[in-house]
Parts: sequence; C-alpha cells; structure tokens
Amino acid sequence: MIFEVFRQEKKGAAFAHAGSVEAPDATFAHAYAHEQYGRRQESEALWVVPRDAIHEVHDFHDELHQTYHRVDGYPLKEKLRLARERAGGTAKSVDALSAGGG
Amino acid sequence: MDEQRFLEYVQSGGQVETTDRMPDDYRSKLVKFIEMHGNSELMGVLPEREWILRAPTLQRKLALTAKVQDEVGHSQLIYRVVEDLGKPREQCLADLISGKSKFHNVFHYPTKTWGDVGVIAWLVDAAAIISQKALLKCSYAPYARIMKKICWEESFHILHGRDVVLTMMNGTDEQRELVQEALNRWWGPLMQFHGNPISKEDDPMYIWRIKSQGNEEARQQFLDGYVPQIWELGLTVPDPKLRKSDDGVWEYSEPDWDELKHVVTGHGPKTQERLEFRRKFLEQEAWVRSVVLAEAA
Repeated sequence: MIFEVFRQEKKGAAFAHAGSVEAPDATFAHAYAHEQYGRRQESEALWVVPRDAIHEVHDFHDELHQTYHRVDGYPLKEKLRLARERAGGTAKSVDALSAGGG
Repeated sequence: MDEQRFLEYVQSGGQVETTDRMPDDYRSKLVKFIEMHGNSELMGVLPEREWILRAPTLQRKLALTAKVQDEVGHSQLIYRVVEDLGKPREQCLADLISGKSKFHNVFHYPTKTWGDVGVIAWLVDAAAIISQKALLKCSYAPYARIMKKICWEESFHILHGRDVVLTMMNGTDEQRELVQEALNRWWGPLMQFHGNPISKEDDPMYIWRIKSQGNEEARQQFLDGYVPQIWELGLTVPDPKLRKSDDGVWEYSEPDWDELKHVVTGHGPKTQERLEFRRKFLEQEAWVRSVVLAEAA
C-alpha cells in the first residue's frame, strides 16, 4: 500500500506534502514515515494518509472573469491619481502631514 | 498534448505530475534515469558499509551508519518515484541484481583504507550533489520535490567527509599519505562521474529537461568548487594537465571513457561481488517480506 506523508515543520505551520512511503499496513507506514521524515527532528508532526483516501480536485475555470473577488479586480492606481488631482492643493500629502505634525 | 507541444512545454520550464499525460519516450527515459539513481543510492552504501565495523572511533561509526541509513532512505524515496511511473520496486531490484540495469561508476570500486571513506564522503558526495542540485529543476515534479530532502541530507555527508579528511590531514605523515593515496585512486572515477562531454543539445535527458545541465558543465562546477579546497590542504591532484585557464575554464587530461563504459556495464573491480551481496540478502530476507505481507493481508 502507498501512504502519502504530510509534514509540519514547526508548531503552528501548515502541513505540507513531503512524499510517500510503501508499507504493508498503517503500523508499518507510521514507522517508515517516522524514520524517513523525522529522524533528524526536522518535523513537529506527520500526517500519514492512505493514498486511496486522497481525492484530487482540479480544473478551476474563470470564464466570467470574476475579478471582483481577487486583488487584480481592484486597480486603484489610476483612480487614486485622478482623486488626488481633483483634491488639488487643498489636501496635504502624507509626507507633509507627518513632517509637519512632528 | 502531442509530443512536440509537450517538448515545448518542458523546455520552457513546465513541470509534469504523475497523473499528467506524457509521451511514452519521456516516461521510459524518466524511468531509466531515476531507476539508475535509485540503484546508485542502494549500491553506494556498500563501499562504506565495509568500514562501519572498522571505523576509528565510536563517533565515526555512528556517523557512517547514519550516512548509510540516509542513502538507503534515498533509494526508497527514489524507487517510490519510479513505482508511480509504472515500474514496481521488486522489478527494479530484480533488474539490478541480474545486471540488466546500471548504477553509477564510483560504486564499483573498492574502499581500501579509511582514507577512501573520507574521500568518498567528501568528493564523491560533492560530485553527486552537483548533479542532484541540478535535478531540483527537473521537468518531472515528483522527482524534483524529493531532491530537496536528498540534497539537504547529502550536505551532512560532505561535512562528515571533509571532517574525516581534515582530521587525517592534521594527523601523522602516515595518515596524510592515506588521504593522498585515496585521492589518487578516486580522481579518475571522479573525473568520469559526470559523463562524457556530449553537448547538452544532443543529450536526450537534457532535451526532455530531466537534467537541467550538461555533463561538462557539471564537471567544471565540480572542479571549480573542489580543486582549490583539495590544493589548500597540500594534497596533489594526480593530473599534471589540470589547470584553470585564463578564461576560467578548467583544463584536464582526457578521462578514461573506456574505463567508464567497462565499469558501468558490469565489469568494475567490485561489481559482481556487490551484486552478489544484494542477491544474497534479497534471498535471505524473502521470509521477512512474506511474513509481513501475509500478516497485513
């Protein structure tokens, strides 16, 4: 059986895929994963998962260009330039405020 | 994806996963290359294993044992990659012991003295890490990913080897002589290690971007990194033609390509003895596999 191994490098970190081990059952898989991915104390914890239990999902399409839920949907640079122009001399720049404000 | 588009994809830096469609030629080249790497890790522990019981201190014995464990671990990781490409580990082992598949030239030679152990761990591992670092960019992503862990562990081996060599070079004249003799023995195989200098554009492993650099490029990198380190210890490299030219390229005597071919096709001084060792152990431990698999079933 193939088991996929995920390792957490330090406490609080996300588990990331490390590789796989081949083992006759879960007990052997745990022992192999422990040796293969943790014997230098390089891991905080491991997840050892039978490969069959993993379901890959892919094909993410964006035919409608739904940019409103991504950062690239909000190009503010040009709008900010216009807004600053309209504000003209009445608004102080951030630099001037911090320099004058002390 | 047709073969031409696939080729353009990998040549522009694209990476491939196990479940992606790939041309048959790409798959078979991958299996051949990666399997030879796995074989080399497994056979590569034998020259060093011979010295575990004869290591000069307990610390060295433990370090050498740990290195052997690392290398066997690498062969397990690498055979896993081969398995996912369609060739089972049992088949890899069967082809290895029958002489059908190959392993790297440097693992066909004897380890005569403790000096050899130092030179192997320092310089053979240094040469290997140059090839392996270039594989971090391999077009086959699962192989590139495990290479990160492998390179990390190899870096300990180089330290271990350098420490062994430095200790001996700080020792008696006799110890220093052992290092020099070992270097003399290993220099030829080390210069052959990265393969003949065919242009990378003619190297199918480069065309498919399994390798990311040419053979000569790797050898130059090795010479550039390690010859100065060898010289600064007062050791002599056994090649009167070795020098760095003004344009930064290392010149050297032509390595013995006939020897390389002869050795990797099963005629090295220790090839048959080491394959026999693997055969014996596979046979001897068959009962363990059958018991474990029966219990798990």
